[in-house]
Amino acid sequence: MTATTKKQVHLAAHFPGVNSTTIWNRPDSGSQIEFSSFVHLAQAAERGKFDFFFLAEGLRLREHRGKLVDLDVVGRPDSLTVLAGLAAVTDRIGLAATLNTTFNEPYELARQFASLDHLSAGRAAWNAVTSPDAFTGENFRRGGFLDPSQRYERAAELIATAKEVWDSWADDAVVADQAAGRFVRPGAIGEFDHRGEHFRIRGRSTVPRSPQGYPVQIQAGDSDGGRELAARYTDVIFSRHSSFDAGQRFYADVKGRLARYGRTPDSLKIIPAAVAVLGDSEADARERADQIHLDQISPQGAIAFLEQVWGRDLSDHDPDGPLPSFDPDVEGTESITKGRVRHTKDPVAVAQQWRDLAESKGLSIRQLIIEVTARSTFLGTAKQVAAQIDHAVQEDAADGYILVPHLTPHGLDEFIDTVVPELQDRGVFRTEYPHETLRGNLGLEPVR
Amino acid sequence: MTEHLHLAVALDGAGWHPAAWRLPDARPGDLFDAAYWVDLAQAAERGGLDLLTIEDAFTLQSDHPFRPDDRTDQVRGRLDAALVATRIAPATTHIGLVPTVTTTHTEPFHVATKVASLDWVSGGRAGWRVQVLRQQAEVDQFGRRVLLDRSQVASPEDRQALSRPLFDEAADAVEVSRRLWDSWEDDAEIRDRPTGRFIDREKLHHIDFEGEHFSVRGPSITPRSPQGQPLVVVLAHHVVPYELAARSADVVFTTPHDAAGAAAIVAEVRAAEERVGREGRPLLVHADLLVLLEADRGRAEAARAELDELDGRAWRSDAEIVATDPEGLADLLADWQAAGIEGFRLRPARLPTDLDAIADALVPVLRARGLRPAGYGPGTLRERLGLGRPPSRYAADPHPERTPA
Repeated sequence: MTATTKKQVHLAAHFPGVNSTTIWNRPDSGSQIEFSSFVHLAQAAERGKFDFFFLAEGLRLREHRGKLVDLDVVGRPDSLTVLAGLAAVTDRIGLAATLNTTFNEPYELARQFASLDHLSAGRAAWNAVTSPDAFTGENFRRGGFLDPSQRYERAAELIATAKEVWDSWADDAVVADQAAGRFVRPGAIGEFDHRGEHFRIRGRSTVPRSPQGYPVQIQAGDSDGGRELAARYTDVIFSRHSSFDAGQRFYADVKGRLARYGRTPDSLKIIPAAVAVLGDSEADARERADQIHLDQISPQGAIAFLEQVWGRDLSDHDPDGPLPSFDPDVEGTESITKGRVRHTKDPVAVAQQWRDLAESKGLSIRQLIIEVTARSTFLGTAKQVAAQIDHAVQEDAADGYILVPHLTPHGLDEFIDTVVPELQDRGVFRTEYPHETLRGNLGLEPVR
Repeated sequence: MTEHLHLAVALDGAGWHPAAWRLPDARPGDLFDAAYWVDLAQAAERGGLDLLTIEDAFTLQSDHPFRPDDRTDQVRGRLDAALVATRIAPATTHIGLVPTVTTTHTEPFHVATKVASLDWVSGGRAGWRVQVLRQQAEVDQFGRRVLLDRSQVASPEDRQALSRPLFDEAADAVEVSRRLWDSWEDDAEIRDRPTGRFIDREKLHHIDFEGEHFSVRGPSITPRSPQGQPLVVVLAHHVVPYELAARSADVVFTTPHDAAGAAAIVAEVRAAEERVGREGRPLLVHADLLVLLEADRGRAEAARAELDELDGRAWRSDAEIVATDPEGLADLLADWQAAGIEGFRLRPARLPTDLDAIADALVPVLRARGLRPAGYGPGTLRERLGLGRPPSRYAADPHPERTPA
């Protein structure tokens, strides 16, 4: 295979999240809220020719055992607002915001994304997430409850409705012909008129059609319904399947669905979240990974993790001691941590598994939690990590990765300065942005 | 000693005259590009102005008061003002950024977070012009409530009565925002390694607002911003919005037509403050003026006539239109200041022409008369307007879960 025919890698930068993977207690842990932190990471990612910069969203501070979670990073600014600011200090990198489909209305959301696309000259992306929970809904006019089966319906209808708004102005509506006294072409501003199950709206949008037509659509859905929705509408999937084998299975499954909708495999990029730990040698990287995990899981954090599975107060347990000998409290488990998706389906089984693991390896509570949460997708020297990424992409485990650093704002500096040049040397990553729009840089067809 | 006047500029499209986009110096093809707005903001900052506002609405501009029109000879279209303001922020250093954001159809939680985030991005320069939307067309764009059709209501008094619930809702939205902005005390982030705590959760507060249109639990997702309380502004033409301003705002923009009218409006605003029981600092009362500036008054009037001819009719507006020279405008500002007006929001008839004239011709005259400071000092937008930085309303509360009275 020659260099010119190799699949090209796509990379994105995730701002460190509001969860335990972000380390806040080191001397080089910077502000999670000052604009300068966002500027640093976005500019570093642009220096590395990344496709886009990604912001998550949270609309209610998490609570654990009825109290605000205080062990992890808490607090963040509004995503779209930060991205509009970043548009001023970057030129090419895409700007991706997560916006909830349950707590936003289609006309307003469409207007905001189209505005961001204008203000960034074609670099806006939207990660559409759904949330039905009444806990978050307590902050909103429309309230919280949406039947879980309805959340994807509402999401799909909201996306479709937003597209009707984006399509309502013709591409060449604004002529600004001073001599003829014609600002807009007659008939070029149409009405949107949507009559659906979730939305009945009509009118004229104030925002002319934006450079990309639509912002790039990102989704993270993993269920069968989520995958099908993605195969139908989405440009980028932000998946959780970052390991090689799971990545290949997911990739084959989703790409296999595209033909049904008349789409080519290239029209949807699969970009899982990934953590890369670098070192001067593989052993050095491993040592650094161990230290990162220790910093991520504080003694108090280990107990809080355990409480999520056990569903009860375990604050009397020693984090450096053994796991509880009793089984989880199945009754209380639904509500112990609010505002976070619960992944533990069967707490009793998980607890047994954890106890077995701790026993066989002689692990304390904190060591066990580190063992079960520690994740580094790629580990080694810059050369090794570049080879791992290249291999995964060529073998269709992914089209690229959204890198999640554990430090603000310098967490990706080393990757950008050392791994990116290696990828470029391998001929699988760009040295200049080929296009002005994000859609172009992702290799996606223009809208219509 | 003469008191300084506050000075603001209102940005909208190619300027406030409907035909302004057709003039040779206009940039009508750039209205939806960031560079245009950055250039305008930098011109305003060159003139040392305190703040700029950015107009917005959910409906397209129209000649008809209640319905869209099909005119193609005027500017149509606007970007989201809060995002434009944020896009401007990193390209400016001192000027206050006050976008128009509606309360009628939006989520107060989102609005509060956006304005606080603008304050973070701009380093303490954010404001919010609170807007109430009253058209059926806006209702249709959201589709989740029913309003009475204002076009069917004959008298202005009846229309005002019809508006009152929407203004009450706006007051609730500002109250929610103000509580959310205070819901993190300033020193809530502690990063305490021995206890493993990132925040002191005793310093974060549920706001527990319950209102007719919404209830909001809180706290905010965004820590307390540099100004603590970003600036809140209301544009008001009659008693119902005067009362909204008196209940909720820091600054009220008004539309007097002469010095006597200005004095009467100031009295009305003070009466509104009395009626709603406003506590703390009285409102700063600013006056809006539409301005068209030329080197002499004759040329200014000729320029206005030329614009009117392009548009095919005489220009009318809610605020007083002043076509004059910088000295003449400075005289007027001083007269109205004597009537109790503390600042002005100038709406340039032509952009960038009249903004450049404000920055480069009017401001030097005002400085020479001691009506404007020589330049920017340190400090946030609030501090520049003499409003200081209020402590969080929850800071002294020993019971963090308690809703304030």
